[in-house]
Amino acid sequence: MGQDDAARRDRHARRAAAAAVAVDAQPGRGPYRPAGLDDAFRAAGGPTEEPPVQPALGVVGWIRWVWRQLTSMRVALLLLMLLAVAALPGSLFPQRPQAPERVVRYLEDNPALGPWLDRLGFFDVYASVWFSAIYLLLFISLVGCILPRAAAHLRALRADPPRVPRSFDRFAVRAEAVVETTPDEARRAALRALRGRYRARVGEEDAPGGDVRTLTVRAERGYLRETGNLVFHLALVGVLVGVALGGLFGYRGQVLVIEGRGFANAVVAYDSFDAGVWFRDEALEPFTLALEQFGAEFDPLTLRPRDFAAAVTVTEAGEVERDAVIKVNSPLRVGGARIYLVGNGYAPTVTVRDGSGEVAFAGSVPFLPQDGVYTSRGVIKVPDVSAGGPQLGFVGFLLPTAVLDGQDARSVFPQPLNPVLVLTAYAGDLGLDDGVPQNVYELDTSAMGLVASDGVVDPRRPTDAEPLTLLLEPGQTVELPDGLGSITFDALPRFAALDLRHDPMIGAVLIFALLAIAGLGTSLFVPRRRMWVRLTPGPDGRTVVAAAALARGEDPGLRLDLDRVVDAVRLTSRENT
Amino acid sequence: MSTAQLGALSTAMIYAAMAAYAVALVSFAIDISALGDRGPLHRRRRAAAVGMSTTVLAAVFHTAGVALRGLAAGRVPWANMYEFCLVFSLVAVLVFLAFSRGRDIRYLGSLVVGPALLALGLAVTVFFVAADGVQPALQSYWLVIHVSVATIAVGVLTVGAAFSVLQLLRARGDGGPQAERSAVPVGPGGGLAEVDAQVGEGAPVLVDSGALPVVTDPEPDGGGRARGALGGAIERIRQALPSAPELERLAYRLNAVGFVLWTFTLVAGAIWAEAAWGRYWGWDPKEVWTFVIWVVYAGYLHARGTRGWSGTRAAAFSLVGYGCILLNFFAVNLVLTGLHSYSGL
Repeated sequence: MGQDDAARRDRHARRAAAAAVAVDAQPGRGPYRPAGLDDAFRAAGGPTEEPPVQPALGVVGWIRWVWRQLTSMRVALLLLMLLAVAALPGSLFPQRPQAPERVVRYLEDNPALGPWLDRLGFFDVYASVWFSAIYLLLFISLVGCILPRAAAHLRALRADPPRVPRSFDRFAVRAEAVVETTPDEARRAALRALRGRYRARVGEEDAPGGDVRTLTVRAERGYLRETGNLVFHLALVGVLVGVALGGLFGYRGQVLVIEGRGFANAVVAYDSFDAGVWFRDEALEPFTLALEQFGAEFDPLTLRPRDFAAAVTVTEAGEVERDAVIKVNSPLRVGGARIYLVGNGYAPTVTVRDGSGEVAFAGSVPFLPQDGVYTSRGVIKVPDVSAGGPQLGFVGFLLPTAVLDGQDARSVFPQPLNPVLVLTAYAGDLGLDDGVPQNVYELDTSAMGLVASDGVVDPRRPTDAEPLTLLLEPGQTVELPDGLGSITFDALPRFAALDLRHDPMIGAVLIFALLAIAGLGTSLFVPRRRMWVRLTPGPDGRTVVAAAALARGEDPGLRLDLDRVVDAVRLTSRENT
Repeated sequence: MSTAQLGALSTAMIYAAMAAYAVALVSFAIDISALGDRGPLHRRRRAAAVGMSTTVLAAVFHTAGVALRGLAAGRVPWANMYEFCLVFSLVAVLVFLAFSRGRDIRYLGSLVVGPALLALGLAVTVFFVAADGVQPALQSYWLVIHVSVATIAVGVLTVGAAFSVLQLLRARGDGGPQAERSAVPVGPGGGLAEVDAQVGEGAPVLVDSGALPVVTDPEPDGGGRARGALGGAIERIRQALPSAPELERLAYRLNAVGFVLWTFTLVAGAIWAEAAWGRYWGWDPKEVWTFVIWVVYAGYLHARGTRGWSGTRAAAFSLVGYGCILLNFFAVNLVLTGLHSYSGL
């Protein structure tokens, strides 16, 4: 056992050392680093700056190795790519949070593959273990990389620009001149040219044979580049934290409101309500909202929607009622939350009388639009019939502008120009009495008989009897056969589907996102440049000016910057003579 | 002029632009093949000059077509796939023309004009819809901001991808005297990449850069690999191109700008989504793909700076990213259903 451990440790150590060497080594070249090229970032403790790992690794060493791997650029890159790949299935498979009904359909259509995909989290990719693992590792890697860099950058901000290199020969961007001034005057001119744009330090060197000393200037600019880089990455962390906290404290309620009705802001009032785990019911501020009128406009030719507007009245606690309009792109802010218009449709008002002539149901029932011309599907359930009678159920469509074409009826326009309800009736047991919650948009017909023109068909003995199709225009009443009762189509109000959301972190997330953009732009487009000037006393009181400049990467402005400084020195010389 | 007439005039302008692009494409192709036949650079290139001037002419027609489209629809001309195609190809051509000032990148002409022509062809044949207003979900000033920046980003990244294609072609089996020259360190290590970007340290030739990745040419004797007449011609075209590091520099400049624009697109889209749909991020297919593209281009910036990685690998990232953009535009709009289904098809 002990030997095994030792052997394993040894293997790890060899692998770690090999990895370190592989990253570090430039074959045939020593760790030569020319003067002036050393970089503040080098001190950031990247994985390659550590001494080779010793053979006896141990637990701590092993953790250190893992940490170094995790914070290395290669692993970060690998995680980035994994993140991209892992995000894709979410666009290819239906996702539970977005479209639960499509997930159900997918599972029905793919009975073999579906359950496995479900188990592996493919229907909720962005909450799956593997997706979370990737982005958490990525952010750990990011933090592990960025914090040491931030410390190094702080040191670099306080430190002087790098030393003047002994020779400028290696630099592509360099200039030389002989001027008629003393080194001291020349240096003052150079510093004037650098002022405000570069951080400059002066120095002295021994001149080659002579009492006058060689003067130097070392300068650097563009610290903002690294600052922007750090801000960008830290802002990404901020976005992630903000999103997470928003999910924990936020809530979302969905409610469907029919014209002339309203709701109160309480968890029970919503058709569906999702809240983060740290949400408290008290966080809901009391208010009531009523939908006065819903306006919809459509293009008469293309039938595409032109405008939706929900005219509402809102009453907040201790305030007077106020009017407001909710549109698709302009939510209503109320009680610390925002109310969005996310859908609309028709909710036909019907009255159903049972066999004994009593009103068994009277109200508006939302029918969900299925297409662009608002062919809307809905279900009317009538459980409260007089004792002894069968419960009634209706399934069918609302056609806002119906065109009857023989047996077929279809809608040709989304506005209610000629509304017709096309319903099929069922009689029997709705299955509501056993207390199991049902979908209000589906009718469970397992214990119900289809109503045909000659009476109710026994559900246990299916026949091919033609169902009775009920066609109703507003104001019309149709009698059901067998003395089952009647149904009346009274009116056609519209409904608005409203989404109420509260995310306390939304402002913070926005600020971090904007910071990320600003940091990114700075880190990519602010040039980082270094410049050195050496002023050597020459014969006849002249001064030999030598200057060199270095930038991070291609930088067309570098030569201009250097020329500006050298020209400034030359100009001083001309003024003096 | 009536709306319909404006729309028809816009379409006519687009057809005129396509005709001019076709001439430009042929001219650039002749120029390239002449490079292949006679080699080097310093002779007069009449075909390339014709290509450039017809491209300018086409861009004028193209711009007029886009502007008239906006007038006809009474809104900004980027609200459906037809119009995205128009605008992003226009941006790509304008970026190409702008980059042409001050340097000779006529070798890139066919790789920009070709896709632009293809995009316009697809637009007028497959995606065409008559100029029209927009539905409620698009009635927002964010349509102006979010979508315009997205299309500009795609245009910029298109030219960046064209440079990357040439870079890969150039780097593939690069040999001979070019190899020496191209072994200088290039490119700013983008962003976080700079931690590992210390490759230049041991190199004896340090040309104005301190801590940068080397774009290496991995197959030093590739010149011998090109066989036959066609192979020889391709090889000569290859040799006539600027060095791989130079191409990589140009690709990087565009891709970096494109990445910032894409980041902005993503954030602006989130802000709009918050206003329109009540959530700033909901993993809608379009959002997923926008995110994936962003991650891939972030990978590109990091890959450039990763120690020991050649510029060729970074170029591969850039092309993968661009492939994702194309998928995002075509596949996601047409195949996957989501909230961004405004394509007008």
